[in-house]
Amino acid sequence: MPGQFLATVEKNESLGPAICRLTILAPEIAAAGQPGQFVMLRSGRGLDPLLSRPFSLHQTFPHGRIQVLFKVLGEGTRKLAALGAGEPLGIVGPLGRGFDLAAPRAGARLGLIGGGMGVAPLFFLAREIQRRLPEFGLDVLLGARAKQELEQLLIDFGPLKIEPRVATDDGSLGHHGLVPELIEKEWGKDGKLRQVFCCGPWPMMAAVAQRCRERDWSCQVSLETMMACGFSACLGCAVAGSGQRERYFHVCKDGPVFNAADISWE
Amino acid sequence: MTVETDVDLQVEIAGCTFRNPVMTASGTFGYGREFEDFVNVSRLGAVVVKGVSLLPRAGNPPPRVVETPCGMLNAIGLENVGVEAFLHEKLPWLVELGATVVVNILGNTVDEYAQLARRLDGIEGVTALEVNISCPNVKEGGVAFGTDPLMASAVTAAVRRASKLPLIIKLSPNVTDIQLMARSVAESGADAVSLINTLLGMAIDLAGRRPRLANVVGGLSGPAIKPVALRMVWQAAQAVKIPVIGIGGIMTAEDALEFIVAGAHAVQVGTANFVNPGATEEIVEGIAAYLAKQGLKSINQLRNTLIT
Repeated sequence: MPGQFLATVEKNESLGPAICRLTILAPEIAAAGQPGQFVMLRSGRGLDPLLSRPFSLHQTFPHGRIQVLFKVLGEGTRKLAALGAGEPLGIVGPLGRGFDLAAPRAGARLGLIGGGMGVAPLFFLAREIQRRLPEFGLDVLLGARAKQELEQLLIDFGPLKIEPRVATDDGSLGHHGLVPELIEKEWGKDGKLRQVFCCGPWPMMAAVAQRCRERDWSCQVSLETMMACGFSACLGCAVAGSGQRERYFHVCKDGPVFNAADISWE
Repeated sequence: MTVETDVDLQVEIAGCTFRNPVMTASGTFGYGREFEDFVNVSRLGAVVVKGVSLLPRAGNPPPRVVETPCGMLNAIGLENVGVEAFLHEKLPWLVELGATVVVNILGNTVDEYAQLARRLDGIEGVTALEVNISCPNVKEGGVAFGTDPLMASAVTAAVRRASKLPLIIKLSPNVTDIQLMARSVAESGADAVSLINTLLGMAIDLAGRRPRLANVVGGLSGPAIKPVALRMVWQAAQAVKIPVIGIGGIMTAEDALEFIVAGAHAVQVGTANFVNPGATEEIVEGIAAYLAKQGLKSINQLRNTLIT
């Protein structure tokens, strides 16, 4: 059940160019949060910026800690990035519907694919898949602009005994190009059915959704939109549904994780 | 934190007693249930629900919200479930909890407003109607009714004929003379006016040279609009004898109290609900604490006490 809490920053790490990872003491959210769910965060100082910002749960830990991972893009994230250990932080969550781990197809390998800050929820997801679905194989593809954006995350995957395949825009690490291109290279050969979980920029997810559709793989995508509240009061975070569904979904409540086939990617 | 005081927070509007002067602003509180994890809705003066139309509406295409300095722009486009789904799926939960419910209504034509008012007349659990003649985000109806005194008067009169429920007319700030609009609806049968709805605004993405809302323009709300709202509420309270409900950028109990000093009987809290989902209850408690500290017995002693 979501709630509104005053949390405390425990640690603020720089993980690369303008990339921050906040460790926050928020026991209720750590206990209840699921992979793919998100929290609304506010630095709590002043009214500008006014609105909280949504961040997916990067990790939860025992002893009441959670982590979020983000890139500094505007005033809201700049204020969050400036927070020091011990400082208070307004938080609402856990919110939304996370990844659906119910009943993957028997014999399937599961594929995680993240681009940019879309890699944020995938570590938590990988850990939960290993805990809840140990019989399923797991492959991870990560994309970034450059090597520095991924180095720490690759280290974090180490204890899970997962070696993500990597694509970078500048070719400084792994495949020189876009992460959806790795689908052919890494997943195209062995014929093991994939169930794909994806998070990243819209064009990347649209490309992944299309490749999955062509292969008849199921694909869950975690969407990001501008939202004011995070719990379906403002109705601001609309995305268009596909096909016969002449309606809008609300990312905060119907998602943020959707079946890719339900979304209009145009 | 709950402040235990013996101050009287009750206010009378259009023959109804509201347990305190703090209401939710339509479109910022869903149908109440969206806030069940954050607020005890039965402790609020009233829940003014998301505006309902005769038929469900899908709303405008995204992007629909943009943040601006100390505020936000929205172009939701009155997405709502329609009156029948509201009555069958949304209202019963509010009634069961003992919430005081004000139903915000909107139509494309004068007749649609009248049909809605007729449909809601006599429904158990509906305390009053708030008539939205001021939404800036729709092509038909909406703000067209709220900026023309003759149209505003026609809608008010039609709704008045169609329903015995107390009528609150929600006014637009996008007019030159708010006193003219307030007088016009008061003379046509309004029991109260609420103001302000959002101010028409826009935001541009300079890099792409594109509007940041798909609808190009939208409604500005939040702390940025409070000075405009306060001025218009004060002016409206001078112009009409019917109660005035103040709306616009109210984030704290102090903000709410300023509106009451300016002449408002009650206030509605809007954008603050997005920033702090517990804002409404905190404002109720803050008002009680302020009155107790000032040695005032009733909220009514504070109303219209501005010294000019």
